Amino acid sequence: MQIYLPIAEISVNAYVLFGIGGIVGILSGMFGVGGGFLITPLLFFIGVPPAVAVATSANQIVASSISGVLAHLKRKTVDLRMGTVLLVGGLAGAAAGVRVFSILKASGHVDIMVQLAYVVFLGVIGSLMLVESLRALRRARSGVRTRRKHTWVHALPLKVKFRTSQLYISVIPPLLVGVFVGILSAIMGVGGGFIMVPAMIYILGMPTKVVVGTSLYQIIFVTAFTTVMHATSNQSVDIALALILIIGGVIGAQIGTRLGLRLKAEQLRILLALLVVSVCLKLAFDLVVTPEELYSIATVTAA
Amino acid sequence: MRGLLLSLALCLMALPAAAEEIVADLSQTRVSITASFVGSEILVFGAIRRDADTARPLDVIVTIEGPRQRVTVRRKARVGGIWVNRDAVEIDEAPSFYAVATTGPLGRVLSDTEDLRHKISIPRAIRAVGAPSSISDARSFVDALIRIRERDGVYRVEEGKVRLLEQTLFSTRIELPATLVEGTYRTRIFLTSDRAVVGTFETSLDVKKVGLERMIYKLAHERPLAYGLLAIFLAAFAGLAAAEISRYLKS
Repeated sequence: MQIYLPIAEISVNAYVLFGIGGIVGILSGMFGVGGGFLITPLLFFIGVPPAVAVATSANQIVASSISGVLAHLKRKTVDLRMGTVLLVGGLAGAAAGVRVFSILKASGHVDIMVQLAYVVFLGVIGSLMLVESLRALRRARSGVRTRRKHTWVHALPLKVKFRTSQLYISVIPPLLVGVFVGILSAIMGVGGGFIMVPAMIYILGMPTKVVVGTSLYQIIFVTAFTTVMHATSNQSVDIALALILIIGGVIGAQIGTRLGLRLKAEQLRILLALLVVSVCLKLAFDLVVTPEELYSIATVTAA
Repeated sequence: MRGLLLSLALCLMALPAAAEEIVADLSQTRVSITASFVGSEILVFGAIRRDADTARPLDVIVTIEGPRQRVTVRRKARVGGIWVNRDAVEIDEAPSFYAVATTGPLGRVLSDTEDLRHKISIPRAIRAVGAPSSISDARSFVDALIRIRERDGVYRVEEGKVRLLEQTLFSTRIELPATLVEGTYRTRIFLTSDRAVVGTFETSLDVKKVGLERMIYKLAHERPLAYGLLAIFLAAFAGLAAAEISRYLKS
C-alpha cells in the first residue's frame, strides 16, 4: 500500500514505514534506547529528504520517550531536579542546533554533516560500549566491582544537591552535557540517550538506576522543542510520517520488551554495541565509496 | 529590394500554415493528490481540422510542463577521502515535470531553430543563465539535472508515442509520477510539417493536493507554530496511549 507523505512530498510503501517503526520499537523495547539514531538513517535509505527525516524523527521520539518515562516516574527512578538542569542546557543547545541546521541546509552541506556526525558519534559510542560491556562481562564472571571515584567534576562551583541521584555537584557539568546533547538532537534527529546515558554515568557519576528515566524525562522536552523549531524554521516535520512510525514503534516496543526479558543485561549491551557499530560502518562506507551519481538537485524556490 | 521580395514570397509560402487547426482536450483537467496517490495518466487527444486541398504530411508533438522552479545542482568531489558537495550551479528555471511525446523521432519532426523558438525539447525547456566563473563545465550540471530527472521519471521523452490516425485524429497517454508538485501544468500541442511548427494549441492541467494532505501541507507552511504544537500534541497523545496499552497488556 503506497501512501503519499504531504511534507516529504514522496509516495512510499506504508508497510515499509510500519516495519521501520516496528524494528526501532523492538530495539527500544529490548535495550531501552530511543532509537532515533536508527530511524534517521533508515529514513534516508528509503528516500525521505534528510531535513524531513531529522525533524520527523525528533517528533517520533517525543512519543516513545513519553511512554517510556511513565514507568520510570512510577518507580521513582527519575531525578527531576537533575532532569531540569539538563533540560535548560538542552533547550539552549537545540536552539543553536536548529540554527546551524538551517545554515547547513542553505549551503548544501547538511547531508554530509549529518552523516559525518552519525559516523563519529556512533563510532565512538559504539566502540566504548563494546569495550565496556565486554569488560563488564568479564567482571561479572570474576565478581569484582568498581567504586565511584571523585573527579574534576566535583571541584567546580555552584554546587547543588540532587537528592534522587545522591549527588552534591556543580550545575555546570550537567548544563554543558545538556547543551551538547541538545545540539546533537537538533542536527541528528536523535534524543541523545546514547550520549546522555554514558555522560551521566561516567562524567556526572549518577547511579545507574536513575539514569534512563532522567534521560527520557529531559529528552521529551528537548525533542518537543526541536520539533517546534524545525516546524517553524524549516517546515520539515511530517505528521503523517511521524504517526505511522509511532504506531509501528508502539507495537515493536511490546515485542521488544518481551524479547529483552529472555536475554541477560550484558548480552543485551553487547548486541546494542554491535548494532551501533554496524550502522556506523554502513554510513562510513557510503561516505567513502564513490557514489553512482556525483550530482544532486536541490529545489531552491518556486520560480 | 530583392530581400524584401524574397521575404514576401516566403510569407506567402508560409500562409497555408493557417490551413490546419488543432482541436484538443485532456481526459481530465484536474489531478488530485491524495494519501493514496501513486501517479496518474493523462490522455491527450484531439483532431486536426484541415482544408481539403492541403494534404501535406503532418506530425504532432505534445508537451506537458510542471511549475518551474529554481534549483541548485551540486557536484560531489572527494575531499580528504570522503565525498562532499563542492561545486554548485544554480539553474534559474527548470520545470518540475516535463514530458514530450511525438509521432516520430524528435530530430525528424522538429528543426533546431523551431525548437529554440518554441522551447520544446527538454534541454530547451530548462533556462540556465549564468554559472559562477569558477566552473568551466556548467553544461554538465544541466546534463546531470536532465539525467537525474529522467531516471526519476519526471522528465520523459516519448518519441513515437503520439498516435496519428488518417492525419486527422491524434492521441497520447502521458504518465504522471507520484512525486508531482502542486500547480498549473501547461500542456502544449504542436503541429509540424517539414520540421517546422505550423500550428499550436495550449491548455492547462491543475494539480492540487486535496483532503487531509492539503490541510497538513497548508498548516505546515502557513501556520508553522500551530503545526509544530499539533505535532507534539499528537506525539504526546500517542505516547500516553501506548503506555496505557502496554499496561493493559501486562495485566
